[in-house]
Amino acid sequence: MDSKVNEISFWRSLAVQLRVIDALLRREFITRYGRYNIGFMWLFAEPMMFTIGVTVLWRYIHHAGHSTFHEVTIVSFVITGYSQVMLWRNATARCANAIEPNLGLLYHRNVRVLDLMWARIILEVAGATISVIVLSSVGIATGLMDPPADILMMAAGWLLLAWYAISVGLTVGALSEFSETFSRLYHVFMYLYLPLSGSLYMVEWLPGQVQKYALWLPTVNASEMIHGGYYGNAVHSYYNPMYLILVNLVLMLFGLSLINIASLRVEPQ
Amino acid sequence: MIALENVTKVYETRYGFRTVLDNVYFRISKGEKIGILGCNGSGKSTLIRIISGAEPPTGGRVSRNMSVSWPLAFSGAFQGSLTGLDNLRFVCRVYSADIEPAIAFVEEFSDLGKYLWEPVKKYSSGMRARLAFALSMAVDFDCFLIDEIIAVGDSRFHEKCHTELFEKRKDRAMIIVSHNTDYIRNHCERAAVLIDGKLHLFDNADEAVPFYHKAMSEPKIYGPGRTNE
Repeated sequence: MDSKVNEISFWRSLAVQLRVIDALLRREFITRYGRYNIGFMWLFAEPMMFTIGVTVLWRYIHHAGHSTFHEVTIVSFVITGYSQVMLWRNATARCANAIEPNLGLLYHRNVRVLDLMWARIILEVAGATISVIVLSSVGIATGLMDPPADILMMAAGWLLLAWYAISVGLTVGALSEFSETFSRLYHVFMYLYLPLSGSLYMVEWLPGQVQKYALWLPTVNASEMIHGGYYGNAVHSYYNPMYLILVNLVLMLFGLSLINIASLRVEPQ
Repeated sequence: MIALENVTKVYETRYGFRTVLDNVYFRISKGEKIGILGCNGSGKSTLIRIISGAEPPTGGRVSRNMSVSWPLAFSGAFQGSLTGLDNLRFVCRVYSADIEPAIAFVEEFSDLGKYLWEPVKKYSSGMRARLAFALSMAVDFDCFLIDEIIAVGDSRFHEKCHTELFEKRKDRAMIIVSHNTDYIRNHCERAAVLIDGKLHLFDNADEAVPFYHKAMSEPKIYGPGRTNE
């Protein structure tokens, strides 16, 4: 049950796949953002606007009259926190139902279902990452935020969270192909997961007996690393990077296998 | 060479599993022209998709030693909000073909003029087909897949397509799928007939035609394909 194209080396296949992903990325990019107005800047302007909006809401409505929240400033906490939501939510949501509208592309033999996912994921991860870098830089330059205490720790947390988003994205992309019910429920699930995700709280603020359960959630570990890196010794952060890596590995393997099954099932028109 | 060995394709339908291709063997070498005859719904397009690699078979083995085109003049892969040129660039990138010469060729061949810079969704179906055909010719392949007769555009354009494909590329392999026996007879040396999932091979296209006509006149019980409950 295999279709074989000679004995093609791994490196040649990789080169082909990278070329295809590059072509898909450019196609997706122009399709979504066009060439006019601010064009490519929408890539990060969109998540940036979300984050700015939520920051303003928290600063002036949710905690009216206070500029701090526990021992940290609201602006810095929401900018570093809500950006994480943009990362995992957009990257996974874009994978849901990603196959159907692109079925015609599968007529180009080198375009595989997995490539469709990669193109979408890469765009979202890039958008969220550029957005958090631009927002923090502006925040720091204008004095609204302090510079991060440990930028490497932040970067490590961000990378692990991106890896988590990629793995979940692949899983969601395949499952939404198998079941329409799943793709509907996933959006609801994501919305309900938001307050639990750790992006907008720190584990030390939780009651003692809840803390250890919160750390079961992968996103909480990543979020603690990002916030911990940003605030340094000003906060206590709890996380287990090994646990996060393990979860990511398992999820990634699971997602890739599901994508493989999905690509055997697709029926181009 | 492209070879299908023991290829089976089963689709899941609401009425159970339907075997569209049943133990199909097929082989085409460089430069050969093979016709595949079959009535509507006999699984010709499924066969083409499996040969092109757009879809995996349920069982059996497909091997390809030469580059295979997508079904000629297929416009389903166009992104409507992108311009003709954007779609062209995408295809060139996917097949790692040089973009500049391809643009020059498509501009000249398709006669689309300024419309190449317009989104494909603004094209008429004739313009779309012209772009699709020009695109198929802009990338070089060893084997072309032709699903149904290419009746693209007006007679002048039709003529152009014919020259481009059957004269300038007469050294290439071609797999032509159709229910038009004359078309197959005029362009193919060998032919095969697809009936009820079985592919019957004939060394001479002329022998395939009577077999096809006879099979067509026989009444069918389940309609095309076979249903396994």
